[in-house]
Amino acid sequence: MPLITYREAIKQALAEEIERDENVVVMGEEVAQYNGAYKVTEGLWEKYGDDRLIDTPISEAAFSGLAIGAAALGIRPVVELMFMSFSYVAIDQLFNNASFCRYMSGGLMNIPIVVRGPANGGTNVGATHSHTPENMIANHPGLKVVCPSNAYDAKGLMKTAIRDNDPVFVMENTLLYGEKWEVPEEEYTIELGVANILKEGTDVTIVSHGRCAIISLNAAKILEEKHGISAEVVDLRSIRPLDEETILKSVRKTNRAVLVEENKPFCGVDAQISHMIQYRAFDYLDAPIHRVSAIDAPQVYAKELENWQIPNEERIIASVLKCCG
Amino acid sequence: MAATKKKTAKKSATKTAAKTAEAKSFIDKPINQQLSKDEKIELYSMIVGIRRFEERSLRAYNQGKIGGFLHLYIGQEAVAAGIVSLMEENDHIITAYRDHGHALAVGMSMNECMAEMYGKHTGCSKGKGGSMHFFAPDKNFWGGHGIVAGQTPLGAGLAFALKYKKIKGCAVCFLGDGAVNQGVFMETLNLVSLWDIPVVFVIENNGYSMGTSLKRSSAEENLAHRADGFDIAWEVCEGHDVFEVREVANRAMTRAREEHKPFLLEIRTYRYRGHSVADANHEKYRTKEEIEEYKKNKDPINVVKQHLLQDGTLTEDLAKQIDKEKKEEAEASTRFADDSPVAPREEIQTDVYWEVDNDTEGKLKGTYFFNDV
Repeated sequence: MPLITYREAIKQALAEEIERDENVVVMGEEVAQYNGAYKVTEGLWEKYGDDRLIDTPISEAAFSGLAIGAAALGIRPVVELMFMSFSYVAIDQLFNNASFCRYMSGGLMNIPIVVRGPANGGTNVGATHSHTPENMIANHPGLKVVCPSNAYDAKGLMKTAIRDNDPVFVMENTLLYGEKWEVPEEEYTIELGVANILKEGTDVTIVSHGRCAIISLNAAKILEEKHGISAEVVDLRSIRPLDEETILKSVRKTNRAVLVEENKPFCGVDAQISHMIQYRAFDYLDAPIHRVSAIDAPQVYAKELENWQIPNEERIIASVLKCCG
Repeated sequence: MAATKKKTAKKSATKTAAKTAEAKSFIDKPINQQLSKDEKIELYSMIVGIRRFEERSLRAYNQGKIGGFLHLYIGQEAVAAGIVSLMEENDHIITAYRDHGHALAVGMSMNECMAEMYGKHTGCSKGKGGSMHFFAPDKNFWGGHGIVAGQTPLGAGLAFALKYKKIKGCAVCFLGDGAVNQGVFMETLNLVSLWDIPVVFVIENNGYSMGTSLKRSSAEENLAHRADGFDIAWEVCEGHDVFEVREVANRAMTRAREEHKPFLLEIRTYRYRGHSVADANHEKYRTKEEIEEYKKNKDPINVVKQHLLQDGTLTEDLAKQIDKEKKEEAEASTRFADDSPVAPREEIQTDVYWEVDNDTEGKLKGTYFFNDV
């Protein structure tokens, strides 16, 4: 299987879907002639032209809303936000119109758009460009959100998201764009709502998503080698819909859970998952559920501090040891 | 192109002065002359129907039958009726929360609209949307949107889709004079001009954004002039004469369809009631005399009625009969709404996700809804 980057995998997904469905258009700031701020769409404009790759002015609210209106009439827009942080200037469009039009019309409408872009910290850019709003998105019934942790998932989930008839947010990660994974040449898709067990284990379940799943996997390897702890790592892939059964099955086996996410802790994705585990697997728990989240402050600029603020192997290991102690 | 736009702009600015003299002649413009007698009566019936429906809904609101907000369109009826009467097969409309008039104009029934306000299962949105959120995609009506100016990029998107699919048509996006001060509207104006999108924005300028007059909310009171900043053609007209609305809107919509160009149309109109019914103090920000003056001289029903009596389309008897029928239809809609059931509780969680609603084989994976069970 060829090794390709996370960036290349997303580009392949976009290209394949543009070719498959004439109604798929990609729009956003710098996506066409500039080749994408993070080069995800590099070469696509040259190949598919102005109709399919559309450069927008810096007007997130207007072009997100335009995509929603177009989607109502059968277009399948893939809206790139240069950073998911910029969804904050389009909140009324994305969080009212995309999510609620179907409901308020009593099911007469549906909005098949994809909103994609990087949602991560760890890049030394300060608080305004480091949001991970998958919790906010998942808090809006009507929206779906996925957080691929690797190139294979990124491609498979992106293709599914584009074909989905509801609005789907795909949360990417600038720190993963250049990383390589094996991705098959033949076509595949990945269903929403199906978690992936990155590593099997017996002593503790680490539940995570996005790049944190990779960090959790690293931590699990160290835990096994240095501490003799066998951790099972569950990569959620999809936040809403959520694969609760895989989480529960794992926790009922290991009897311990550590939840890891890059978001701030208050009302984070893991707050919901923690509740779900205690509610549905209370009798199986041998220890309180532990959480590792970003340290609860606006994203700090200083590189050394930010690397400590977001979950890293050291903090995950400490939390697992506490949970298993 | 810029020169043409300048010309249009200039024409609009000087036009207002000649308005009064010209007013009587709007019914004689070709777009109105081509109306059959039945079509003219239909226009009249629509305007009367919207008025009677809303008067009845106000009573229902005061009786406690309708919850939430009730934003009445009374006084503005000729705008929706006139513009919707110009819609062709591939034209689409979208509006804000003062949406009853537009909904009835596209052919939604009084029953489904009244039942929606009563929160009943037989309502157009099964009681999930309410007064501000009427939708009828099968009639090219895309809502009914509650957030001021939130619908403006959606309207652009409808028109974008038409252009993308090479369908000859236009989208008409209605907004109020308060909406012009939202950032998203200005972003959208830039976008539609930049991309030559066939959308007509219709500012229904009723003079008040909620309780704040135009003078107190907009630095440039000629709202249409904002189009110049985006190189968009514009016109201004009065909204009380349905034939004037049709004449001017027809130019805008034709241009959008034929040339794939956006247009900004400011229609000066007036609402008799408060911003919403909850706005009981609306006489605090304007005088009784102002309201009476409009009712006396510019009432959309009286104006169209006088035109149609003069040209022999209507008789007093026929007008009375139409009025009676519309009152009865509105009354019947309250009985229909009263007698209708509320949706079963299980339906709180339907119409959220298309994929869930259409998952007839139960193949979807994962949890979509998160209440403890």
